[in-house]
This record gives sequence, structure tokens and C-alpha cells, in this order.
Amino acid sequence: MERNYTQVGRSVPRVDGPAKVKGEAIYTDDMVLPRLAYGKIKRSPYAHALIKKIDCSKALAMPGVLAAITGDEAPIKWGIVPQAANEVALAVGKVRFWGEGVAAVAAIDEETAEAALDLIEVEYDPLPVLLDPFEAMAKAKDIRIHEDAPENILHAGDQLFGDPDKAFEDCTYILEKEFHTSYVNHAFLEPHTALASYEPQSGQLQLWSSTQVPHYLHRQLSNVLEMPMNKIRVTVPAVGGGFGGKGEASSADFCAALLSRKIGRPVRVTYERSEVFATNKGRHPCHMKLKIGLDKEGYIQAVDFDNTMDGGAYSGWGMVVMFYTASMIHLPYKVPNARARVRRVYTNKPTCGAMRGLGGVQPRYAMECMLDEMAEMMGISPYELKMKNAVESGYRSVSNLHVPHTEYKKCLQTAVEKSGYLEKHGKLPFGKGIGLAGGYYISGTAYTLYQSYKPHTTVLIRVDTEGGVTVHCAAADIGQGSNTVIAQMAAEALGVRFEDVHVVSGDTELGTFDLGSFASRVTYASGAAIKEAAKQINDKLFEVAAGMLSCRADQLEVKDGRFYSHYEPKKTIEWEKVVDVYTNAVGTLTGIGHFSPPRLKGIDLSRNVRVQGANIGHSPTFGFSCQIWEVDVDLETGKIRVDKVTEAGDCGQAVNPMSVDGQVDGSIMFAMGQALYEEMKLDGEGKMINPSLHDYKVPTAMELPQISTTIVDSYDPTAPFGVKESGEGPVQPTIPAITNAIYDAIGVRFTELPITPEKVLKALKEKKEQAKG
Amino acid sequence: MKQLIKLDINNQVYEVPVSPKDLLVDIIRKKVGLTGTKKGCGQGDCGACTVLIDGAPVLSCITLAIACQGKKISTIEGLADEQGNLHPVQQAFVDYGAVQCGFCTPGMILSAKALLDRIPRPGELEIKRAISGNICRCTGYKKIVEAIGAAAAKISTGGVE
Repeated sequence: MERNYTQVGRSVPRVDGPAKVKGEAIYTDDMVLPRLAYGKIKRSPYAHALIKKIDCSKALAMPGVLAAITGDEAPIKWGIVPQAANEVALAVGKVRFWGEGVAAVAAIDEETAEAALDLIEVEYDPLPVLLDPFEAMAKAKDIRIHEDAPENILHAGDQLFGDPDKAFEDCTYILEKEFHTSYVNHAFLEPHTALASYEPQSGQLQLWSSTQVPHYLHRQLSNVLEMPMNKIRVTVPAVGGGFGGKGEASSADFCAALLSRKIGRPVRVTYERSEVFATNKGRHPCHMKLKIGLDKEGYIQAVDFDNTMDGGAYSGWGMVVMFYTASMIHLPYKVPNARARVRRVYTNKPTCGAMRGLGGVQPRYAMECMLDEMAEMMGISPYELKMKNAVESGYRSVSNLHVPHTEYKKCLQTAVEKSGYLEKHGKLPFGKGIGLAGGYYISGTAYTLYQSYKPHTTVLIRVDTEGGVTVHCAAADIGQGSNTVIAQMAAEALGVRFEDVHVVSGDTELGTFDLGSFASRVTYASGAAIKEAAKQINDKLFEVAAGMLSCRADQLEVKDGRFYSHYEPKKTIEWEKVVDVYTNAVGTLTGIGHFSPPRLKGIDLSRNVRVQGANIGHSPTFGFSCQIWEVDVDLETGKIRVDKVTEAGDCGQAVNPMSVDGQVDGSIMFAMGQALYEEMKLDGEGKMINPSLHDYKVPTAMELPQISTTIVDSYDPTAPFGVKESGEGPVQPTIPAITNAIYDAIGVRFTELPITPEKVLKALKEKKEQAKG
Repeated sequence: MKQLIKLDINNQVYEVPVSPKDLLVDIIRKKVGLTGTKKGCGQGDCGACTVLIDGAPVLSCITLAIACQGKKISTIEGLADEQGNLHPVQQAFVDYGAVQCGFCTPGMILSAKALLDRIPRPGELEIKRAISGNICRCTGYKKIVEAIGAAAAKISTGGVE
């Protein structure tokens, strides 16, 4: 495999770095258009209530108010998973969570819009509130959140591979435990914003939005507004973080568009921080039962997983996340027999959805903690147990997940060696501990969310004397740096410098096609499409260069901005000169590439082959990593201080190593927040009591431990440029690694998040009392 | 009632009509048009709206504009020199990969600049303390702390003011 790269593998500063440090990057809320009006959404004070009446007349009579809308004006349901679409732009007839939008206004300025909200009169008929998924299932006969879900369950799935019951009978070591994860939000820094501009004469709508998924937003707008997609253009300005929270449309998008269409002038809706929390779409709290069986040598023989997910009020990404949790038990260890019983339950809470590493984080927490405990049962190191069971390249799980390439064992080895884990584990003084966990994540994704066979990504590369190289795509750079790595991959494929490549992205009209930034798919998918597009360009330029150099086209290579013959290196010519000749003779040169993930592994209706779980998780490749955390538990206060994190990751070929490090560092601190600090809290009526960054505690720089990361040498020969993911895999090992470290420190295995000082003190007290007998 | 006040922002004097309850962040963003100052929470929790007032970092989303008359306000747009060269802290943020989504970046850089003006060679803990009021959800802070340290080293050895 060709690995002699010059542009891929370069640590380069991001292309948008200078604009961002100067404050010149333009985010949606920074934009102003002529006659801009300001929209605001009125939100429900009840978590579950019938709407008896909404009267906007007083608001409309207020000077400066331009329009008001209610849910009745746009009752078409939307949702990222079309089979389960059940959200509306604004509530129709009923509210199902605290903070649900019931009406919206547009006014000449924000102050007027805000004042107008107070004049909208809404009469509610409160209903009993369901805040716990088990209670929601038990009381479904009496209290139903959605008419079409008589059990208060969005969806449930059972998957059986092999015969786990029989396998457990022969196991020497069996452990069964329950785990409970918390209700957390992405807390990206830029609140959702949408700016819509509808032009009545042409019937054309343009929406600028802080979204991760311009295409899916485009589709949803088309459905809800009943406008053809070709009359709508979605543009993504700079986005202040997403982490999954901007991975579906928001009511800001719909309300801005509906209000703009109503008044024929641009309208912007920007959320307050409290609205970000109220509309949530964060990680699902999971109530999990996991049973693992090992044979006498320690090889995993069976896994039985049961998961009840608290989904909140609407479906969102819920069904996908649910099947991911089922799918995620099959890797990164060899599991010959497995069962998953999963259900996603409606409650009257702000809805849960997709959040960095979706569906993986919860089962990973349970599995890695239990394997730690089972190693202790066997009297061996958790490292030994995990190495023994770790998957290898070419592995195919019983659920048909195919791992073309993995360096997982190298990740485990590297982190263990660099941290001195084996010398420290079980040997540190009481209060100090070290913990290990592994993880993996999908890369490249498998299916569109709606039934479709179209390519997931299209890239068009334009080459001419005017623009040099311009890559047209529709990837959404939400801060992860996709515009930079796309430029690097295109430069590599074309043999030019990355600094000379322009990337046009994040626009459904100027760009080509892309499903969006989620499921760690962009680098892989864009890379594949870029390779195909670049080949067409190179083939044409090789012919021209061959003529200019008097050699054969198939002898030529292009690198570092020059064409040269690999037989006669003296025969060489600058890339620009060849482009100049081609452009003069023929005009602008274009190449177009598409990426469709391989489908053969999945459902094949022609042969009536259906794979359980609808192939969720069946991505073309997977990233792997290991983390080792060292903690210091303050026995007086219960406070956990993290001293050091040692990470080693297999992200395939790193396109921009500096950017990979940034993804890993960020993942570590992001998941540490969920492990130790973060939790949204509701009162008994379902009202959120901490919808602010004051009361919802995310890690600050003061919590930053020493972090040592290693990009393990890796190259997936089946992947474009050998790449995998690095943005979601590294969140997977964090929570169990911390939890295992805390066990090593104080001998308590925590099975509920977050692990707060209160819980630590309580556990220490119980431990003391038990010791007294 | 609105009244016309003078605000000195990045060494330029702007006359702006404000009401007594107008917040500095809104005046800077909407009336003056300097949108580099970000609003992430509106409650003084996230630090994205940090500006410098007489050299000290201040949360502009909980500061009344009217109270800033006669003071020197610096925003991120005023940090590069007149030729457009980046301040060493800005340059280090680019070079060290301390920027991802960029939304915390202006406030973070201003907090760092204020620190370096006060303590030219800060230790790691001083750097962490100085930015502890600026939330970043992307980078995990590691590269930010490294960038600020590198900028400090460059300023003190390079003699940049």
C-alpha cells in the first residue's frame, strides 16, 4: 500500500484558525441582512399538558411586532428518523416536556420580540407527568405521552446471536450487574441559531443555520414547509460546536423559516442557553443489566445485555441510538454468543438524542467495568483479560460486524507501557488508583436515515488557471476541522500543496452532496470521494503532461506540485504549467467522486437476508483506543482529582495529527464531565432546575489533568488514505477507565453516574460500617 | 429612555445610543458591529463574551454599557497590530491547534492576554486559573494551556510588547 504521503499526515494549522483568533469567523448570530427581524419562541411551563387555547392578539397589537405563529400553522411532523418522526415546529394540542415551544413571534428587535412573548396567552390543562422510564411503562394504561405509543415505548428490539443461555451453563466465571448512566447535555458553546430569508417573488428560501446536518435539515424543511427542496438552500456558517446536539433540525430552524415566509423578510432565531437545555437532544440515561460469562481460561463465551433507555418526550435519534447500544456489545472483544433486549421509553423530559459517541458510551461503561471485575475474580490483570479477548484484523462478529483492520492490541500495550499500569495497578496506597478501559467506534457509517441507495457523499474537484484547485463538497465543519483535512486529502490525491486547495463546504447549493457531520463519517467518506474525483483529473492531466514531456502517461506520477516520470526522473514539469496547457486547450477541468458504503454485509432483500438490528453499526471500518486514568480520591471530601491520563488510539492514518490530538484531548475532557460532574436535574413536575452553565457543571481548565496521547501507527488498507475516525472513539473508554481507577483507589465499584463527592463519601462510610461488621 | 454615550473600543471612540439596561455585549455586537465578542450563555457563566476593560478581563454579558464610559475597552478585533500581524497569543493559538469551533477563542485569548500583561512568565497553574472562567467544550484545554505558555515564552524572549 502506498503510504508515502506528503500532505496527509502533516500537522498543519487549521484553515479557519486565523479568522477565528481574530474574531472574524462569521457564525449565524453574527449575520445581519437588510430588514432583519428577530424571532423568539414562547415555551411551556408544564412538562405535560393539553393546550386549550393560545391567544396571540395582544402580542400582535404591540407596536413593532410583525407576526406570530402557533403549531397549527405547521402541523407536519418531522424527525431525523422518518419512520419515527413525531416532532412539530411548535406544539400542536399538547406539550410533552418543560420548555416545549408553543408559539413564536417576529418583531423589529429582540426586546420587542421578548416583550411580545409575555403578551401571548396560553391556557393549559396540566396532565400527570412521567419522569422515570419504568414508571412510564407501568402507568402507560393511564397516562399516554403519544397516542401511537400505547406502552409509552418508542421502539423495542430483541437480538439473539448464537445461544447465550447454553453458553453461560458452561462458563466458569459469570458476573451480572446493573448500571445507570446520567442525563447529560452537549453544552456546545454556541447556542442554536437560524437565520431564514424567504423571497416571496421567487418563492426561494435560504436558511443559515448552526447545524451539523445541512442535508437532513434541508429535507425536514422541505417536508414541514411543504416546499420543494430545490426552492430551499441551507448554508452553514461557522458553527460553535455540535457534538450531536446540532445533528437534527431544531425549532429555531422551523420558526425562523415559517416567520420569514409569513412576513417576507429575513428572521433570525437565536436560543438562550436555557433553551439549549430545554430542547436538549443529549445523551440517553440508560438503565442497563449486563451479564458476561467467561470460560476457565478467561475467554468471553456469552454476553446478555438488557437496556431501558430514558428517551424523553420525542423520538429524535432515539431508535438509532437504541440499536447502537445493542450493536456495541459485539466489539472490541470476541463475543461468540450474545443477546440484547433494548427499549427506548418516552418520558416527559426534554428529548434525548445523539451525543458524541452515541450508543457506545453507556454499554462500554458497563462492559469495561465488568471485565475489570472479572479479571479480579480470575486473579489476573484486566490488561491480560482484555488482550486475551481483543479482536484482530479481519474479525467478523456474530452480528456480522466486519473489522477490516485493527491495532486495538497495540493501543492496549502502548497505554499500559507508557503509564506503568502493571507496576501500579493494585499496588498504590489507599485513595490512589489506576484504571484501564478500551473502546472503539464506527467510522464511515452504513446507511442513510431514510430509505435511499444514493451515495452518501459527493465531491466535485475543479481545476483551472484561475482558482487552482477548488473542492466542492457539502461537509459541515462544526469545529472538528473537516475543511482542513479535506484540503489535505485533495492535495495528496492531486499532488499539490494543501495550502493551495480551496474548500467550498457547508452549502446545499454551492456544495455537492453530503449526509452531514455525525457518526464519524466525514473523513472516511470525503476521502473516498476525493480519491475518485482526483483520479479523473489526474488521468487527464497525465495525458497532457505526457505530451509535454514526451513520455507515456502511465509512467507519470504527480507529487509536490510536479509531474515526473518514475522511469526518468529528469523528465519533470510543474503542475501549474500542465494545468495552463489543459485549460487553454479544453477549459476548466472537473472530476466528480461519490462514496457509498459497502452494502453487501447488510440486508439483501433480493435473497431475503435480513440482519438483526437493521445493520446499525455495520460501518466500513472502526477506530479503537485505550485509556488509563490515575486518580487521587480525597477521603475527607470525597473529591476525585485526576492526576494523569494515558491514551493510545488507532485512528488509522492520521490526516492531521495535531487535529487528531485535539479530538482526543477534547474527548477525554468531554467524557470526564459526564463521569464526574454533569447532570441535568428536574424537579417533581419535570421543570429543569439547572438549565445554565452555572448550575450544569462542565469541566474547566482547573480540572485538566496531565494528558499523554499516542497516535498508534496504523493504516487501514481498505480505507481511503488508510483513515478511520478520531472524534468519537476516544470518548468511549473514559468513563469506565475513571470508574476502574476509583475502584483501585478505594475499593468501591460505582455503577451510577456521575460519581460525585457525595456518592464517594457515602460509599466510603458504608464500606467502613461493613468492615466493622 | 436612550441616551447617547461615548465608548472607547480598541482606541476608537464610538457614539452609541443606549438605554440604562443595555448590556455591553449587545452594544458591542449589534450597535458597534464587532461580532468577534461572543454570547454563549448571557449569564456570565461561559466567558465567551470576555473583553478587556482598562486591561482587565470582564464579562461583557453582565456589564452595563453605560457603566463603561471613560474606560478603555479592548475586544478581540483590537488585538492584532495595525499592519494586521497577529498578537503572539493569537499566533500561538493557530500554531498549537488551540482552536477548534472557535466560539470560546476570542474570550479565551483576551483572558490569556490580560494574564501575560500582568504576569509575563506564568506557571501552568496561573494559566489554568486565568482561563478558568472561559469554558471550552472542544479542545479539552490542553492545547490552549500549551499555546498560552508558548506565547509567554515568545513574548519574553522576543521582546514583543
